[in-house]
Amino acid sequence: MFRPIEPTLARQTVLLQVQGRPITAREGDTLAIALLNAGVVPFRQTPVSGQPRAPLCLMGVCFDCLVEVDGRQNVQSCMVEVSEGMQVRLQSGARRAEDAA
Amino acid sequence: MRQHTELDTLVIGGGVVGMAVAYGLARAGERVRLLDEGDDAFRAARGNFGLVWVQGKGLDHPAYARWNMAAARQWPAFARELAERTGIDVELSQIGGLIMCLSDAELAKRAGNLEAVRQQIGGHYPYEVLNRTQLRALSPFVGPEVSGAVFCPLDGHVSPLRLLRALFQGFANLGGELLPGVHVDAIEHRSGEFRVRTGATEHVAGKLVLAAGLGNRALAPLVGLEAPVQPLRGQILVTERVQPFLRHPSLHVRQTGEGVVQLGDSKEDVGLDDGTTLAQLARIADRAIRCFPLLKSVNVVRTWGALRVMSPDGFPIYQASTSCPGAFVVTCHSGVTLASQHAGPLADWIRGGPEPADITGFKAERFHV
Repeated sequence: MFRPIEPTLARQTVLLQVQGRPITAREGDTLAIALLNAGVVPFRQTPVSGQPRAPLCLMGVCFDCLVEVDGRQNVQSCMVEVSEGMQVRLQSGARRAEDAA
Repeated sequence: MRQHTELDTLVIGGGVVGMAVAYGLARAGERVRLLDEGDDAFRAARGNFGLVWVQGKGLDHPAYARWNMAAARQWPAFARELAERTGIDVELSQIGGLIMCLSDAELAKRAGNLEAVRQQIGGHYPYEVLNRTQLRALSPFVGPEVSGAVFCPLDGHVSPLRLLRALFQGFANLGGELLPGVHVDAIEHRSGEFRVRTGATEHVAGKLVLAAGLGNRALAPLVGLEAPVQPLRGQILVTERVQPFLRHPSLHVRQTGEGVVQLGDSKEDVGLDDGTTLAQLARIADRAIRCFPLLKSVNVVRTWGALRVMSPDGFPIYQASTSCPGAFVVTCHSGVTLASQHAGPLADWIRGGPEPADITGFKAERFHV
């Protein structure tokens, strides 16, 4: 569905895990872009009505691209850069209550 | 321009106090028009914490303790009635509330206060003092710094915004007329009628209820009443939605029906400033984390300040005007808890029924010392 508009630009690849599945991303991309490139849509289901959500603004405003990153819940994936070995989980409903620290 | 609709009562103020009275009057069959300002008004009803609260209220004032407790007891039926009339669930949860104490001294003081209220009102006042172990059985996520808590089974909470919406809807369904975005410029009492002017419009009715919160201060003297109320700011933090972990609300922390955690309880005398300060927000967050350490990793999504409407002694003012018969002033701090009484016995009194025994002491003359 999505493809980069600068395909010729050479970049290192980064390997991350999404729901335990390996995904390659381009170094320097935000996690939201990497997930969209990998066809991960929707990102989550909302807590109250369970509706599907995917990134809307990609600039830190809409809070619709929330995912769990390395155990931290409700992280704005458009605001973090991919890194090697990053563990990503998709969320459904409200975040867990236990201490993630 | 004169509004020709025949009205029984004009209510000024569309917060939770004015709406509850207006709803009660309309339910009893009165033709009511409610005049409300816009969103630039100070709106305590849209910024408050949503507690239906009993414990600790009415220390050294047994009539208030009884009036407030009667309101809490009436809440389940009131919530059911609102749901039936409007289809709006106000999310009442009334399974008891906790005041968490961070030291044994604080716990002893709280427990002492409750015992004093129990003695003052004559014994019938349910509460329990919980040690750490008992508290953890009731609320498993309390932190190690919490010494214990006082539990009152009548305490609970509602969604204050849903409550306000239900009152609006219920009032409209009963034929009540709501006029938002108007400012009262003048009030005259002539030939047994009240003429209230908003801009170019004059509203006429036989009775007038002032429920304008901080605005009552200026309005009350126009009809021979007084409302020496002052703002007292509270600040609130709201978190992202969290899976349910907290069933019992407290003065500082509650989890809403939709999972949001609301933190609050600051009291600042800062005039008409309803902003927020980092120092207070940090203090509120710190206390909440000490009570519930798991909140440390939860994100805050919103903060705000709102102004409580406080009389000099913190108790309500309910008064009928003697110089302008038919005019009433209604103001209080606990508009959510007391909503059931305001829609019931208080509205009945305004309609001409007997004054409820517990409120006869709430006249403004008590401030003349």
